[in-house]
Amino acid sequence: MLQIHCPYCQGLRSEEEFAYGGEAHIRRPADPGALTDQAWGEYLHFRKNPRGLHRELWQHAAGCRRYFNVLRDTVSYEILKVYPIGEKP
Amino acid sequence: MAVSPSQPWRLAVGGRIDRTKPLRFTFDGRSLQGFAGDTLASALLANGVDVVGRSFKYGRPRGIVGQGAEEPNAIVRLGTGAASVPNLRATQVQLYEGLAAHSNAKGGFKRYAGAAAGLLPAGFYYKTFMAPKGLWMFWERRLRHAAGFGEAPDGPDPDCYDKLNQHCDVLVAGGGPAGLAAALTAGRAGARVILADERAEFGGSLLASKLRLNGGAAADWAAQAVAELGALGEVTLLRRSTVFGYYDHNFLTILERRTDHLGLVAAPQEGDPATGAAPMKKARQRLHRVRAKQVVLATGALERPLVFANNDLPGVMLASALSTYVNGYGVAPGRRLLLCTANDHAYHAALDWRRAGREVAAVVDVRPNPQGALVKEALASGIEVIGGHGLIEALGGRRVQGALIAPLDAAGLRLAGPGQRMDCDLIACSGGWSPAIHLSSQAGAKPHWSPDASAFLPGTPRQANRSVGAAAGTWALADCLRDGAQAGAEAAALACCGDGLPPFQEPRIAWRGTASALANEPPEEPQQALFLAPHPKPVSRAPKQFVDLQLDVTAADIELAAREGYESVEHVKRYTALGFGTDQGKLGNVNGVAILARALGQDIGATGTTVFRPPYTPVTFGAIAGREQGELLDPERRTAMHGWHEAQGAAWENVGRWKRPWHYPKPGETMRQAVDRECLAVRNGVGILDASTLGKIDIQGPDAAVFLDRIYTGGFLKLGLGRCRYGLMLKENGTIFDDGVTARLAERRYLLHTTTGNAEAVFAWLELWRQTEWPELQVYCTSVTDHWATAALAGPRARAVLQKVCRGIDLSATAFPFMAVRCGQVAGVPARVLRISFSGELSFEVNVPAHQGQRVWDALLEAGAECGITPYGTEAMHVLRAEKGFIIVGQDTDGSMTPDDMGLGWAVRPNKVFGFLGDRSLSLADHQREDRLQLVGLKPLDARSVIPEGAQILSTTDVRPPAAMQGHVTSSYFSAVLNRSIALAMLKGGRRRMGETVHCPLTGGQFIAAQVVNPVFYDPDGERQRA
Repeated sequence: MLQIHCPYCQGLRSEEEFAYGGEAHIRRPADPGALTDQAWGEYLHFRKNPRGLHRELWQHAAGCRRYFNVLRDTVSYEILKVYPIGEKP
Repeated sequence: MAVSPSQPWRLAVGGRIDRTKPLRFTFDGRSLQGFAGDTLASALLANGVDVVGRSFKYGRPRGIVGQGAEEPNAIVRLGTGAASVPNLRATQVQLYEGLAAHSNAKGGFKRYAGAAAGLLPAGFYYKTFMAPKGLWMFWERRLRHAAGFGEAPDGPDPDCYDKLNQHCDVLVAGGGPAGLAAALTAGRAGARVILADERAEFGGSLLASKLRLNGGAAADWAAQAVAELGALGEVTLLRRSTVFGYYDHNFLTILERRTDHLGLVAAPQEGDPATGAAPMKKARQRLHRVRAKQVVLATGALERPLVFANNDLPGVMLASALSTYVNGYGVAPGRRLLLCTANDHAYHAALDWRRAGREVAAVVDVRPNPQGALVKEALASGIEVIGGHGLIEALGGRRVQGALIAPLDAAGLRLAGPGQRMDCDLIACSGGWSPAIHLSSQAGAKPHWSPDASAFLPGTPRQANRSVGAAAGTWALADCLRDGAQAGAEAAALACCGDGLPPFQEPRIAWRGTASALANEPPEEPQQALFLAPHPKPVSRAPKQFVDLQLDVTAADIELAAREGYESVEHVKRYTALGFGTDQGKLGNVNGVAILARALGQDIGATGTTVFRPPYTPVTFGAIAGREQGELLDPERRTAMHGWHEAQGAAWENVGRWKRPWHYPKPGETMRQAVDRECLAVRNGVGILDASTLGKIDIQGPDAAVFLDRIYTGGFLKLGLGRCRYGLMLKENGTIFDDGVTARLAERRYLLHTTTGNAEAVFAWLELWRQTEWPELQVYCTSVTDHWATAALAGPRARAVLQKVCRGIDLSATAFPFMAVRCGQVAGVPARVLRISFSGELSFEVNVPAHQGQRVWDALLEAGAECGITPYGTEAMHVLRAEKGFIIVGQDTDGSMTPDDMGLGWAVRPNKVFGFLGDRSLSLADHQREDRLQLVGLKPLDARSVIPEGAQILSTTDVRPPAAMQGHVTSSYFSAVLNRSIALAMLKGGRRRMGETVHCPLTGGQFIAAQVVNPVFYDPDGERQRA
């Protein structure tokens, strides 16, 4: 069970308090209508699945309810960084 | 002190038992006696019980082999009935008065397969029972019964269990010499320490050691260390506590057995008349969930047995186990011992045996010319040492009666001469030691093979831990103490504290043998690896050479697996069942890996070991569940009117965590009669529904309208003040996610309704977009579901009823039209009234603060009494909405339906400025297919037949598999107002198939024929809800 530092609550909390939100920093196309079906499909369905460092979205669901970014190693599960939404990786 | 004649193998003196406290117990119905301080295993050995079970596959008699967690044979069930506990290792069960133990195994497959059992090869499950199909199903039950996996308790557990969440600076797993030293230095540094050991006493190998520490007994030094730790305020000592799991981010789990050693069911704590405290149940076990900053793994090592022919005979045991029984329990289970070893340490067993006054036939040492201090001590004690020999076969029937030994070549791989018979009734063996690397490995470290240690050692730690002592392959006591002390200080320093402490004072160690004495512990010569003793016959023809005693896996099985092409150790494990038992191969795995490596012509390191997974030893379900059982398993949500529903005898439906009234049966009514009555009351008079559970989200801010416009498919920018609109929410892939009505309460304030079961998911969805994608929008969302109680009045008389108790709202159809919201007072309580309808009737949903819910509900019932107001439940609600063709998201949709599929194209507004979530996906080619499933109504040709929900739809009754499925039924009811059965269904290209007759197959081979119709069965123009 992971232990995650919530950047808003400023505390280490157990994974049970959080909800996983998938890959972070996915930019929603500004004008979806201008995309081909193929390009839209890639936005919808294709996600990275790296062995190693992964930037991902978490929500402090049972706490402040806010979303934030986590840099996590998918091999060791080590969390190297947490940072708020909007901050550049 | 007189020794009970019933304990033939009990020594007159010695051991950490209390001979003044005899304890009676039974084993498979036999009455026996042991002493306080015994384990079940030591008591059985003292009583001369050689056979403690039958083996899993071959039904061979088996005896006690080990002395702790590694025991593969003595697996027992304690007690009977609800309080029984299966699958316990007799070596870890402390004896108590009245203990009743039952052996597990009932005779193996042999009882069923007879002589054929001897021919069951590796992978026999796969080869024998898998074809033809169905045969395995037949055999599985019989095999499981025959093989004895224990019996599950047959009733609710009478005990209770607790869970504790703990945080500490340093967790020390294992309280032997290294663990005690680590806990001492960490504790002295001021760190918050948890020290856990699976045994009843701390001390590990010190308890039975013949070494002297600081001039006193080793056990005394341990007792002093424990006393000092106990006096430190930040140190928690957990006895009978197994650290069984090591998970991510230094999260560890410990099972603490608090009362198991006292009896099967924990005695209740007495009440206190002075304070009036009631008697309480005492928790039998506790599960500690520990988050540790640093961990010291001092889990010790497990001795490895030797693999030779008939090595499973009762009377063959581990050398260290024999020492433990002699020194720790005063039990010498035999007369004449033969010790076979490839290392110096095992000589302790022969010396202990001789000191107990028993005869040693010989020590058979694989090494050609052993010269260590202990060897010399053995020789000086008159023990014969036969070097360069191996034990190749045990002889006997139900107990060892002798052994064959033979000279071996230098590598120990081949026989170098003919065998000779030795007389003995007990064989102790040692193939070296395997560090207990389980926790280190669970924490992510990859074990590596050390040829010097002849063992897998812990790999580089992947978490904040360090292995010390025997767990790290360090054998000498002085080294274990020093390394432990250093590890404890290091862990404390990293976790919190500890600079400037005086160094750890290592105790002086001395040893006094029978013939010699040393100022420190006897040094040991290098061991030799021996994993499989050679035999005159080839492995496949020799008497069975067992590798895994619990699952009857032999050396021949492993070689066969290699011959059949299995190369990965993980595959061989699954093919042969090596290490699959409740002991998880604690004794057998390393020998198995070594035999496989040799068969494959590889290094042991290259073959590698299988992955270790929690738990280290079996854990009771009770401890994992803790108090989270029965009504505490999952929180239950109740509305403000719950008590009233209950008093009316409502039948309940669980919706998410909510309890909702399903229907309100009157005495003598069937469910169908109750639902028909409730539906007709709504259609013809007035009904009242508790609608409090619908999700409600308050949305406020200058950009609230823009936000809603992006979330919903419909247009929300121009929704008038006091007006409501039905909204449809899509996932980005264009499929329906949720629906509900949104009301505009004020200029910048909206109230959004979700379906009951989806409230949390919708709220998270709104927050996701608000926070991550559109942070520029000034809008805030608040869940207010629990703030409001909602009573829905529905039916032609609804207005008349509400009129009586409502103030401040003009209820006329012109002043308060359909799809509007008004604020006023109902029964003197401030209320928000929405004119929306899920039944298709004139309907008012009255929302009041939750704490006033019951008061307003009562007032509405009183006001409606003369109209015959009828409470209705969710089933009637479902029927009423189906009559109107209103869908339920999650029942009629399944996560693949678009708005158009459900005939809800009207709720989608194309060409919005921003668009809406899911917009782009609606034009994907697949969403344009003409044969997509579309919502239709079905009218069974026989108006009495109700199609089962979930039924498939076929075009014809003349079908052969595989039939061409046309769709499926999603909702199906008997409609009282229409006096016929109706259904909603998803049908391929359904909207173009109106009037067609389709067929729904039933399980019995019959069909229900139905006509495809418009899904709106009742009041298609919607006049009633606008009345």
